[in-house]
Amino acid sequence: MTITEYFNLLFTDYTLRTITLGTAVLGAICGMLGSFAVLRKQSLLGDAISHAALPGIAVAFLITGAKDTNTLLLGALVSGLIGTLWIRGMTKKTHLKSDTALGLVLSLFFGFGMLLLTYIQKQPNANQAGLDKYLFGQAATLVESDVLLMLIVTGLALAVMLLFWKEFKILLFDADYTKTLGFNTKFIDITITFFIVLAIVLGLQTVGVVLMSAMLLAPAAAARQWTNKLSVMVFLAAVFGAFSGVFGTAISASQNNLSTGPVIVLVASVFVLFSFIFSPGRGLLFRQLRFRRNRRDLELKKTLQFMFGIAETHADISHPHAIKILNNFQGFAKTSLRELEEKEWITLNKQEWALTEKGFVAAKTMFETKEDNE
Amino acid sequence: MSNPQIEIQLIAAVVAIACAIPGVFLVLRKMALISDAISHSILPGIVLGFFITQDLNSPLLIILAAITGIITVVLVEWIQKTGLVKEDTAIGLVFPALFSIGVILIAKNANDVHLDVDAVLLGELAFAPFDRLMMSGIDLGPKSLWVMGVILVITMMLLLLFFKELKVSTFDVGLSSALGFSPAILHYGLMSISSVTVVGAFEAVGAILVVALMIAPAATSYLLTSDLKKMLMLSVLFGVFSAISGYWLAHWLDASIAGSISTMLGLVFLMVYLFAPNKGLIAVMYRHKQQRIEVSLLTFLLHLNNHNEEEERHINHLQEHINWQKIRAKTVVDLAEKNNLISINNQVVSLTEKGNNFTSIALEYIITNKDEKIEHLKDDFFLFRG
Repeated sequence: MTITEYFNLLFTDYTLRTITLGTAVLGAICGMLGSFAVLRKQSLLGDAISHAALPGIAVAFLITGAKDTNTLLLGALVSGLIGTLWIRGMTKKTHLKSDTALGLVLSLFFGFGMLLLTYIQKQPNANQAGLDKYLFGQAATLVESDVLLMLIVTGLALAVMLLFWKEFKILLFDADYTKTLGFNTKFIDITITFFIVLAIVLGLQTVGVVLMSAMLLAPAAAARQWTNKLSVMVFLAAVFGAFSGVFGTAISASQNNLSTGPVIVLVASVFVLFSFIFSPGRGLLFRQLRFRRNRRDLELKKTLQFMFGIAETHADISHPHAIKILNNFQGFAKTSLRELEEKEWITLNKQEWALTEKGFVAAKTMFETKEDNE
Repeated sequence: MSNPQIEIQLIAAVVAIACAIPGVFLVLRKMALISDAISHSILPGIVLGFFITQDLNSPLLIILAAITGIITVVLVEWIQKTGLVKEDTAIGLVFPALFSIGVILIAKNANDVHLDVDAVLLGELAFAPFDRLMMSGIDLGPKSLWVMGVILVITMMLLLLFFKELKVSTFDVGLSSALGFSPAILHYGLMSISSVTVVGAFEAVGAILVVALMIAPAATSYLLTSDLKKMLMLSVLFGVFSAISGYWLAHWLDASIAGSISTMLGLVFLMVYLFAPNKGLIAVMYRHKQQRIEVSLLTFLLHLNNHNEEEERHINHLQEHINWQKIRAKTVVDLAEKNNLISINNQVVSLTEKGNNFTSIALEYIITNKDEKIEHLKDDFFLFRG
C-alpha cells in the first residue's frame, strides 16, 4: 500500500480511519499537556509514569480477570498516580534528587510489573495473552470506543485547561508569586499532573510504555522553538502532535512490518529536528547566520578603525596606502573591504586603498566619540 | 542447588556489583537518568552489531553498543548546549528516537534476525547459563559470567586508580579542575564505563533492570550514609542481596528473574526509605513535627512575655489570639508547663523565672540572629518533649 492509497482508503476503511483518528487525538492531547510538562521541567516525568503504569495493568487484570481496556487503564491510572506522588514525596522529604526519584520509580515499578506479568503468564488462564501489547503498544487494536474515550478525555482536559488557564499559566512561570496571591498551588499542581498522567495512560495502548514519554515531549519541544507565548505553544504542540500521529500511522500502514509507535515517535523527532534548525527566532541556522553577520560587522569596523588610525596621521586623508599593510592584523577580510567600498567609505585602486571624506567622517563619529566617553 | 542455579546467582551478583559502582557516582552527580537513556538507546547499536556478527555475545557488539551509548551522551549534551530546550528534555528527546530506530531496524529485518525487543528490554537470566564459553573444547563456564566478570574487574581497577579524582570531581567540580583533573575526561570515562556495563548486563538482565540495579542500591545507601566509601560498600551489599533473594523469589513464584530482582530492590529501598535513621521518611516527619512544636512553644512564650494584661494571658483567649487549634494549643501549653516554663493560676498563664530567662535568651537570638545563641538554648533549658 502506498501513501496515496492510504489516503484514499482513509475515508472508506473503518480500521484505518479509527486508528488514524485515534493517533491524531492522542498526539493532540499529548502535545497540549506535554507543553506544561516541558515548561515545568518535568519532561522525564512522563517516562517514569508510563513505566510506573505497568504494575497497575497487571494488578487490574489479576483482580478482575478480564481484559477490558477501560479496567486495565484504570489500574494503570492508579499506579501511575501512586508513582507520581511517591516521586513528589521523595524529592520533598528526603535529600534524593528528582532524577534519582524518577529513575527509581521508573525501574522499580516496571520491574514489579514484569514480575506480575510473567507470573500471570504462568497461570492456567487462557485469557492472559495480549497483556504485553502495553509494552510497545499496538495502534491496530484501537476500536471506536477507545477513540471515543480519548475524545472525551481530551475535551475534559481542554475544558479544565481553559477554565484554569490563568492559574496554570501563573503557576508555570512564578510559583512563589502564585502562592502569595492566595491560590491553592498544591491543587493546581495536582490538577496539571493528574491530566498529564491521564494522557500518558491513554497513550499506553497505542504507543506503549517505552515510547510514551516522547509523545509527550517531542511536540512540545518543537512548538517551544516557534513562539514565546504559552497559548500559541500549546496550540502548536497539539497540531504537531496530531500531525505526528497521522503521518506516523500513514507511513507505518504503507510499509510491512512497521509498528506504529516507533514511527510516530520518529516523525515527531523529525518535527523537533526541523524546529531546532529552521525556527526563525531560536533556530540554529538563523542563530549561526546572525552570528556570522555580527562577526563580519565587527571585522569591518576593526578594519575601518585601523584605516582611520593611519589616515589621521596624514595631512591628506585620502592618501592611498597599500592593501598589503592591512594583512598583518586580525579582522581583515576581502569581503569587508568590498563592503566598505560599496558604502563609499573607501576607494580601491589596484593594490591600494584610500579613505574617502565620507568614510573619514563616519569613522571619526564612530571612534572618536567613543574615546570621549571613556 | 543445581549447577545452573549457582551460576545464575553468580551472574546476578556480578552484574549487581558491576552496576552498583558506577550507579553511586551517577546518583551523586545527579545523572541517574542518563543510565535510563543509555540503556534504551544502545538498541540500534546492538542491532547493527548483530547484523554484522550474528552473535549476541561478540565483543564487537559490545563495543558498537557502547559507542552508541556514548553517542547518546554526546547528543544529549550537544542539545543542552544549544540552550533550545531544558536539560531533562534533551534526554527525553534523544533516547526514544534512537530506541525507535532500533525497534524499526529489528521489525524490518524480522525474518533474518533472531533478536526480540522484549528480550533486549527484559532479558532472560534463566537462559544465561546455557550459553557456554568454549575454548579449545574445554567448557569455561557461562559466557555472560565472563563478560560481566571482565567488565567488573576493569571497573574495580579504574575505581581504585581514580578514586581520589572521581571523589573530588563528583563533589566539587571547580576544585577538581583547579587541581588539574580534567572534569571532561572523568565525565566521559564514567559515561563510557556506564555504557559498557549497561551493554554487558542488558542481555542477562534487560535494559530496565540495569537501570534499577544502577540507581536503587545507590539511592538506598545514600539514605543511610554520607561517606562515599561506605556508600559504595553498602550499594554493593544491597545489590548482591537483592540479586540473590530476587532469584529465589522468582524461583518460588515461577516468574521473571529480572522482575523479581527489581522487586527486591524496591522492597529494600522502601524499607530504608521509611525507616532510615535521620534521613528516612518517618525520622524526617518526626523531626518536622518536633520542630513545629518547638517553634510554637517559642511563639507562645514570646506572646506571654509581651503581655502583662490578664485577659491576654487567659488560657481560652490564647487559642483565638495565636490562631491555634485546640489540640495544638493544649500540646504547647502542656509542654511548657512540664518544663516549668509557665505556671497556670486560675486559668491565667504566667511565665516562671525559668520561662523568663528562656524567653529573653530566645529574644536575643531573634534580634541578633547569631547561631551560637540558639546552640546553648536547648542544653541550658533541658526540654522534655511530650
